[in-house]
Amino acid sequence: MKLSGAEIFIECLKAEKVDTIFGYPGGAVLFLYDELYKAEERGEIRHILARHEQGAVHGAEGYAKSTDKPGVCIVTSGPGATNAVTGIADAYMDSVPLVVITGQVPRALIGNDSFQEIDIVGITRPCVKHNFLVTKIEDIAPTMQKAFHIAMSGRPGPVLVDIPKDLTSGVDKIAFDYPKDVKMRSYQPTVKGNKRQIKTALTMIAKAKKPILYAGGGVISSKGSKELTEFGQAFNLPVTTTLMGLGAYPSNDKQYVGMLGMHGTYEANKAMHHADLIIAVGARFDDRVTGDLDKFSPDAKVIHIDIDPASISKNVKAHNPIVGDIKEVLQSLFTIIKEQKIKPDKSAYDAWWKEVRSWQSVDCLKYEQDEKHIKAQFVVEKLWEVTKGDAYVSSDVGQHQMWAAQYYKFNKPNRWVNSGGLGTMGFGLPAAMGIQLAHPDEKVACITGDGSIQMCIQELGTCSQYNLPLNIINLNNGYLGMVRQWQEFFYEERYAMTYNKSLPDFVKLAEAYGHVGIRVDKPADVEGALKEALNDTKRLYFLDFVTEPQGNVYPMIPAGYGHNDMYLNKQDALDDMKNKK
Amino acid sequence: MFKTKAEEHIKRTRHIISILMENETGALSRVSGLFSQRGYNIESLTVAATDDATLSRMTLVTKGNEASIEQIIKQLNKLIDVVKVMELSDYQHIEREIMFVKIAATNMESCASIKRMADIFRASVIDVKNKLYTIEVTGSPDKLDGFLETMVEHKIIEVVRSGAMGITRGNNPLKV
Repeated sequence: MKLSGAEIFIECLKAEKVDTIFGYPGGAVLFLYDELYKAEERGEIRHILARHEQGAVHGAEGYAKSTDKPGVCIVTSGPGATNAVTGIADAYMDSVPLVVITGQVPRALIGNDSFQEIDIVGITRPCVKHNFLVTKIEDIAPTMQKAFHIAMSGRPGPVLVDIPKDLTSGVDKIAFDYPKDVKMRSYQPTVKGNKRQIKTALTMIAKAKKPILYAGGGVISSKGSKELTEFGQAFNLPVTTTLMGLGAYPSNDKQYVGMLGMHGTYEANKAMHHADLIIAVGARFDDRVTGDLDKFSPDAKVIHIDIDPASISKNVKAHNPIVGDIKEVLQSLFTIIKEQKIKPDKSAYDAWWKEVRSWQSVDCLKYEQDEKHIKAQFVVEKLWEVTKGDAYVSSDVGQHQMWAAQYYKFNKPNRWVNSGGLGTMGFGLPAAMGIQLAHPDEKVACITGDGSIQMCIQELGTCSQYNLPLNIINLNNGYLGMVRQWQEFFYEERYAMTYNKSLPDFVKLAEAYGHVGIRVDKPADVEGALKEALNDTKRLYFLDFVTEPQGNVYPMIPAGYGHNDMYLNKQDALDDMKNKK
Repeated sequence: MFKTKAEEHIKRTRHIISILMENETGALSRVSGLFSQRGYNIESLTVAATDDATLSRMTLVTKGNEASIEQIIKQLNKLIDVVKVMELSDYQHIEREIMFVKIAATNMESCASIKRMADIFRASVIDVKNKLYTIEVTGSPDKLDGFLETMVEHKIIEVVRSGAMGITRGNNPLKV
């Protein structure tokens, strides 16, 4: 039987077991949508209509990050495609497997500055893992298959497939043939780690006196959390995770010292600074993690395990690079331990642990909740209590994101979904939608702020259409808080354009979309509101928490400072500013 | 290793890299885009299909310190269309570039001098018209620079260079 390009497209999605596709229709994808309509009628694929293409892509990201499936979305040519770019770039920075299908103008019109024509393959080249412009109908199926393969394998990432409208019209029809597997001579990611290097790693660990295990989002991508936890525990290593790695190692484990980096814990940063061996697993020494590279962990040797060779020795030189899938590498490490009958000496790092415990005793995340202003930290901590630490949490970008990362203790992978690399405000709400669609029976909270939430607020409409009972935790301090914090510390309190003078009435706004809105301005009401929202499994709750207007995120390593140089409170910041003068 | 920009410049050396990649539309822009995106410099870049029409071969000359060249090679390998990358500078290799120079001869004496220099550099005069000599020079980029230096006393009208291309000596082929 011969199929049209649009029918082939649907068959490809089915072959890849895609059950949900996020998108927004338009001229260049009309034929594809016509077939999507039929596929939905047949109960094969569900289409989620976002309210903006950025929302569609973030939705697909939330779906992908909270599962082990790729996120799929479809948008039209021109503005549809350009609106998707922020989401695509976000997925690129955070290694989220996405397949994004963009419609393109008919082949005969390409290059003519036609209506809604844009060179989206050119625009997205620097922010995709790979992209394709399909130029003949025979290429649709193999290209789609390659797209899924590339997105999901190796270091995951977004792949864009641009399909000209005339290929989908049905004028030409061909037989559908989906190859069994993909063979690409130019793309064969290394999965197995080099045994010799893994053995060297074991020797280095045995020699170390002050080792630290530094885990990132790669652990979660490779589904290696179990192995990572076993590894950390077998060797009694202090464990820190990056923002993207939260949940890769259980937060309630006694060896966990918290997140590291600019707003990481005192103990995690101190331990990194004084370590003599860093075992980096699926992390990439991002500048928000390392601070000033010249001051970074001066005495440490580095073992770096990552599937992406280009992430190794990019920012910090690795003394022992191990390229491979985290899960596979750690499994071979265990095999070697068994073969060589290595018995890790659990007391080997007692002195080191004593030091680490002394840093922990500083209790850098302590805060005091008074009776007047709600502290954002308090809201997050209460959310964690009320959900028993088992909710899926998405966040936007800013202070609330850091508080979420610091005070919501994740014990499982894939529960924490945020925009780490690109730092995309507007990510949280659509991402939460994607999570809820993937996990209809789970509790999903979106921790956001009054700035971020307004960047994709239109998605409240999507939530009504698909009855998504999200819990939106709006930490509303009236400011673009993170920028304000920097202005307070580094720009002599000139709060340039960071005060939101005209915030909407979020309660009414939520209600206008058919949701429940509650404004909470007393600390005593926080827990009750959270409980009410989370107990209701049918409706979306928009909880607008009026928080302390000028609260700051601590600890903080100012840009250009080392890990041993943190502000733990306002006094530290003031002293530092005085010294600078 | 990764110090200030100033220090980086001091240790920058010239590297010649051969790239074998799928002969797809946009392949070249993926490579050139990578260089501009990550702030690497390109001294020259040549590209053409090989005996296998599905493959393009590129020769790229860049400058950088050890760490940045390592990153460049890794980033090139990371491009999905790239099949193989080889740093020719790591091997015994041959490097050639072709150049056309158009020079105006002002009098008989300068005609003779141009031809003499062309002979010394084993260059050939490939066109003469209205006292304009077009000379073809092939050789290492250094040799081409040298030839241009000897021509400064004449009026150089136009110069076109192909950029370097290279191949290893002996049995170290860059092949699929």
